[in-house]
Amino acid sequence: MPQLLEYILLTVFIAGLIFVSHWLGQQAYTWMPAQATAEAQRVDDLFSFLVAIGAFILLGLVGMMLYSVLFFRAKPDDYSEGHPARGSAKLEILWTVAPVLLVAWIAFQNINIYEQLNILGLQQIVQLPFGMAPATAAIAPPQQSPETAQTTPKPAAETVQVIAKQWNWLFRYPNGVTAQELHLPVNESTRLDLKAEDVLHGFYIPEFRLRQDAVPGRNIALVVTPIREGKYRLQDAEFSGTYFALMQADVYVESRPAYEQWLTTVAQQPQAFRNTATLEQQHPPQTLFKTSWYPGSSDPASIAASFADSFKPKDDRS
Amino acid sequence: MTHSSNNTAIDDSDRRSPDYPLPDWRQYLRFSQDHKVIGVQYMVTTFLFFLIGGLLAMLIRGELITPELNLVDRPLYNALFTLHGTVMIFLWIIPFNAGLANYLVPLMLGAKDMAFPLLNAIAFWIIPPAGILLMSSFFLPNGPAQTGWWSYPPISLQFPAGQPINGQLFWIVSLILLGISSIMGAVNFLTTIVWFRAPGMTFFRMPILVWSVLSAQLLQLINLPSLTGALILLMFDLSFGTNIFKPREGGDPILYQHLFWFYSHPAVYIMALPAFGIFAEVLPAFARNPLFGYRSLAIASLGIALVSIFVWAHHMFASATPDWMRIMFVVTSMLVAVPTGVKAFGWTATIWRGKLHLDTPMLFAMGGAAMFLFGGITGVMLASNSFDLHVNNTYFVVGHFHYIVFNTITMAIFAAIYFWFPKITGRMYTEGWGKLHFWLTFVGANLTFFPMHPLGLQGMVRRVASYPPEYQDWNVIASLGGFLLGVSILPFIANMIGSVLDGPRATNNPWEATGLEWTTTSPPPRENFAEIPQVIFPPYNYGNPRAYGEEPLTQTGEEVSNDENDE
Repeated sequence: MPQLLEYILLTVFIAGLIFVSHWLGQQAYTWMPAQATAEAQRVDDLFSFLVAIGAFILLGLVGMMLYSVLFFRAKPDDYSEGHPARGSAKLEILWTVAPVLLVAWIAFQNINIYEQLNILGLQQIVQLPFGMAPATAAIAPPQQSPETAQTTPKPAAETVQVIAKQWNWLFRYPNGVTAQELHLPVNESTRLDLKAEDVLHGFYIPEFRLRQDAVPGRNIALVVTPIREGKYRLQDAEFSGTYFALMQADVYVESRPAYEQWLTTVAQQPQAFRNTATLEQQHPPQTLFKTSWYPGSSDPASIAASFADSFKPKDDRS
Repeated sequence: MTHSSNNTAIDDSDRRSPDYPLPDWRQYLRFSQDHKVIGVQYMVTTFLFFLIGGLLAMLIRGELITPELNLVDRPLYNALFTLHGTVMIFLWIIPFNAGLANYLVPLMLGAKDMAFPLLNAIAFWIIPPAGILLMSSFFLPNGPAQTGWWSYPPISLQFPAGQPINGQLFWIVSLILLGISSIMGAVNFLTTIVWFRAPGMTFFRMPILVWSVLSAQLLQLINLPSLTGALILLMFDLSFGTNIFKPREGGDPILYQHLFWFYSHPAVYIMALPAFGIFAEVLPAFARNPLFGYRSLAIASLGIALVSIFVWAHHMFASATPDWMRIMFVVTSMLVAVPTGVKAFGWTATIWRGKLHLDTPMLFAMGGAAMFLFGGITGVMLASNSFDLHVNNTYFVVGHFHYIVFNTITMAIFAAIYFWFPKITGRMYTEGWGKLHFWLTFVGANLTFFPMHPLGLQGMVRRVASYPPEYQDWNVIASLGGFLLGVSILPFIANMIGSVLDGPRATNNPWEATGLEWTTTSPPPRENFAEIPQVIFPPYNYGNPRAYGEEPLTQTGEEVSNDENDE
């Protein structure tokens, strides 16, 4: 009879675990930012799956530990043995094989989703400088057949150059316009050519669920397909020096007409350039501890000069 | 609190330390070749660096309590997180583990000392000057290195042009010195473990702590030269005008990332493996069960070491790495979960149906093991590159690795300090203060590091001194937790100092634990054992009272066979 009770308790415990971990897996979607690309949906599916599996294992083992703490306590002076079991071949093989299968399953899910990300455009084009062979096969150049099957990368309608320079993002649009805002037409694929001028920078928009480093001297591109209109924030995500935190840019996903409209407006009336790093250098915030340490290569004069240079329409699509 | 004193009717006077005076404290300031003195020197020195690193962390948390800058300016903030990471990794966890292993490995093997006592002493004495050199860079005109503990070029080469003496150079030189010290230690540990085992101490009778030290030190020997080499090249780029990592001049900054992570990922296991070893010593002693699945845990230590050599590029999923490399490192990184899973299952099964004594070491070990599960699970998530591309370089990663380096490894270190404190000092610590320390630490650690996960999922990037206001709520919790952690160390310090000076005398084996270190006096004599011990028992022989001295040891004591006692 006690044996039966144990089995019932175990069943209830496992059922409870499955219920709670499934619920947590569903909750996981709400822990993420808005889904602004088709890729985001896939990444969130993977995260939800990982949370459910992880919660099952974590709560299962921690549950066993807590149960032990509650019910297997020794009397204060009882230093006699607990149980003499030194191991169990069956059990040990089981808990070696089970994680192998589990991580194989997780890796399969992950690679599967990663492949889908590729199809949707995460495939990066890495091109090494100095005439070396590309590290990966470059994706096919944008084909004009609009409804190619999902097995090839989507053709990119637009190409925007993303230039990262301590500590500003600059975007150069096909019509030659340069701005500090990234505008993307919704439901269309845009190819982003990432260029770092000085040090490593990280292109990261949380709502897009993708991040890619820009490396000086290398041409790296990605294709994004935003599906949700709105304003987002691009944040440098690879440490780039003193004013790293300020290296942000606004990202607008908007309808095709609004996008075109914006491009024309900016072409006629260029935006004023705002260099947050220089502004902060000129008006440093009051801090309790102050140093006079070198703040990196951002003396206002050279920044201003390089900016003036950056905004001259020039063709450096080499 | 001495358990055995009121424990049995058996006369245990032979197990009680003779009432001789504690070792002269001045020997700890001298160049000693005694592995026990060196072990204590390591542990005390690194603890001081832990306090410095913790202070830096609290300044970081103090800045992050509000979105705007108001405590430190940006160069100082960048120096704070750079030195916090560097100090905690290279001057706290790695050398503390080396110190603990220094103290324990010869005792656990039944040896008189380490294989190369002079090398051992030199390896230690490199550490204080290297650490002081690093900290002294605060007094340089432009402050210490400010480019993170990775110091990726080219940002790490941007440091003040035309200043040959700068913080980045100090950082590089300090790390090269610490690396040399670690390599010396690795040679010494491997030689000792292979050649200095007492008669009867076969490999499969060694405690898991020794297995994990063996595995970790193998990694030091195989992987550390890669970091040292990379740092020397970085120094050449920085100070001597070479162009190895400078992209504009034809160098390759990604090459540095490969060389750096080829050591610095295994470094996580160099830090974690001894922690796993500590769990394997403490859990059986306080659950009164033999360690469950001893052999599989021993082999899992080596397995973790082996697999971890091939996982480094998972730090570079967002760098310019090709697809095949990303996929390959996804698979290898996930494989690490298998031997670590074996360990976690083994610990849980060891506790199961035990007779648990929740003394301070056990609390820290169980708390650490439970939080390790959380950190391990988020680790598998991060190994999934599709998900990693979202949280790479966000606070999710910071939360994940602090669950490993603090909530697991530092908890294990505290477990070890309390567990072996009576052996090392010959005194007992105060249990109540120990428990207070545990609960403050446990609550503080979760308050500090859990909120980092939601922050990262929401996209808060790491290494920022100011951040968008929508992230403030979780940051306030994390900061308060951080300050609580700062407070939690006070009862520990008081307990340690007070108990060393005035604690009750410890018996030889206050926990009734198995293992050779408990068969000698507390503290052990200069040559560790009155006579070289003869090992006749399998490890973790709980259930056999003779193994921990409940009954007098006789040479006729038969070895209990390693049978499978399936229930």
